[in-house]
Amino acid sequence: MGDQISLRDAFGRALTSLGSIRDDFVLFDADVAGGTGAKPFVQAFPEKVVQFGIAEQNMMAAAGGFADTGIIPVVTTFAAFGTMRAHEQFRTAIAYPGRNVKLCCSHIGVDVGPDGPTAQMLEDLATIRAVPGVTVVVPADANQMLQALPAILDHPGPVYMRIGRSPAPVITPADSSFNIGKASRLRGGNDVTLIATGVMVARALAAAENLASDGIEARVINLSTIKPLDKEELLQAAIETGALVTAEDHSVLGGMGSAVAEFLAETHPVPISFVGVRDRFGKSGEPEELARLFGLTAEDIQKAAKSVIVRKKA
Amino acid sequence: MNDLRELARKIRVLAIEAIYCARSGHPGGSLSAADILGVLYFEELRVDPTQPRWIDRDRFILSKGHACPALYAALALKGFFPAEDVRSLRKIDHYLEGHPDVKIPGVDAPSGSLGMGLSQGLGMALGARYGKRSFRTYVLLGDGDMQEGNTWEAFMAAGHHKVASLTAILDYNGLQGEDLVTKQMNYNPIAEKLTAFGWNVQEVDGHNIDQLRAALAAARSECDRPSFILARTVKGKGVEFMENQQVWHGSSTLTNEQYQQSLKGLEA
Repeated sequence: MGDQISLRDAFGRALTSLGSIRDDFVLFDADVAGGTGAKPFVQAFPEKVVQFGIAEQNMMAAAGGFADTGIIPVVTTFAAFGTMRAHEQFRTAIAYPGRNVKLCCSHIGVDVGPDGPTAQMLEDLATIRAVPGVTVVVPADANQMLQALPAILDHPGPVYMRIGRSPAPVITPADSSFNIGKASRLRGGNDVTLIATGVMVARALAAAENLASDGIEARVINLSTIKPLDKEELLQAAIETGALVTAEDHSVLGGMGSAVAEFLAETHPVPISFVGVRDRFGKSGEPEELARLFGLTAEDIQKAAKSVIVRKKA
Repeated sequence: MNDLRELARKIRVLAIEAIYCARSGHPGGSLSAADILGVLYFEELRVDPTQPRWIDRDRFILSKGHACPALYAALALKGFFPAEDVRSLRKIDHYLEGHPDVKIPGVDAPSGSLGMGLSQGLGMALGARYGKRSFRTYVLLGDGDMQEGNTWEAFMAAGHHKVASLTAILDYNGLQGEDLVTKQMNYNPIAEKLTAFGWNVQEVDGHNIDQLRAALAAARSECDRPSFILARTVKGKGVEFMENQQVWHGSSTLTNEQYQQSLKGLEA
């Protein structure tokens, strides 16, 4: 665990490197390229950018139409606008006809920091994963982002990808491939499984280290595709460890933890503790302060792990 | 000319037949759009029923998706699918959905939720420009579309980007779901607003084939502005007891008597 690189910087880097080798996509921007991380691409390839101004509903439905002409729109904006303001346009003009559009949104979770609740999108996974046929991807670090962008471009149909804003530790090797629909096991252990996504993966790894010093061996899974779920990996975790903690920088209502619970409730129910924002709006503050305020730290994951292990034994 | 009148008549007959068989569907707005659809499908649009997804086809979007009985009728007459299929509109085991679906041969965009058609058309036109394709894009708007904010975002963007290959036609029958447009939410004056948004605006009688034809030709000759054709129409046009009657806007079940009376009114 060394460098700290924000996912949006990695997104900009990934876009720019692909810009010179691929001709099959364009960037759709709603005057927030500086915020989403797309700015370097906009500067390097102005001819590959379609500008919509602050009008996300039009941008979203237009992306549906544009995709019909054979070029992939990479639609970028803040998650609040992409997954809520223009949600119906995404649903009806993109997902329903199965159009090849990649919606990449920054400003997710309390990771956003000082901008506060209006920009801290805590409901995007819930609103987007409810839409049929949509693939939902959440890279955990800069290395994953560099691999995830070409992977989603190669994956036909509508995809939603979360882009983090604040500096995040690099935790995966640069050469690991990004397979949509595949979770990766970052640490072995059979006492409990910590299933984390996005910036919470690094915290889950830290939690597992601390748990080990208390004699608890925690398995850590990076769930970087929320839809479709890696059912095999989740089932194995439920069977072999018998207790799970899910950790996400998102509301516990309808997010990744809910997706995991929905699947396991029908296949192999085990106790689950949900680490996430508990039915609240965000708040201004620094990301680390907010993580403490909303219960999203490595310590919170450790606590959840210990309590779920008690429930497993009960 | 006579052919087009006859084709528009057939569109009306098939649309009414579809709605009668479905026991639901929107007759008023289907009938008001029939002449516009006739001119588009049988004179203007470069489409090929044998290759519905041909990438260089002209695009047509029925933004007022509730008028799809008329669109399905036009597509059937054009040869995209058999005319008798319209009798299975809205049926559980059939493909003709209650509102346009891209799985239907010839349908280029989903609609039924007002306000998204013009944006999708704009996207197609921008895609044509980007991909150096020569196809044109046509969007048929209804009164309700004009009240959706999304439509105005699209007006703004199409004017800004000078998307000349985009033509919007407004089926301006002046009646919406519950009452007159002027009473529910008056969006007039239209021409002044859209001219200010950078559009070339023309006004025609939406049941006059020659005027529609001339306006579409003028739209084709525009090189740096999108075109807006304000087509004044009559809701329920062609079926006397439905004309200008707001009650026939909504999804309607036609009695056998009403059906026969409609067909009689539409006889050649």
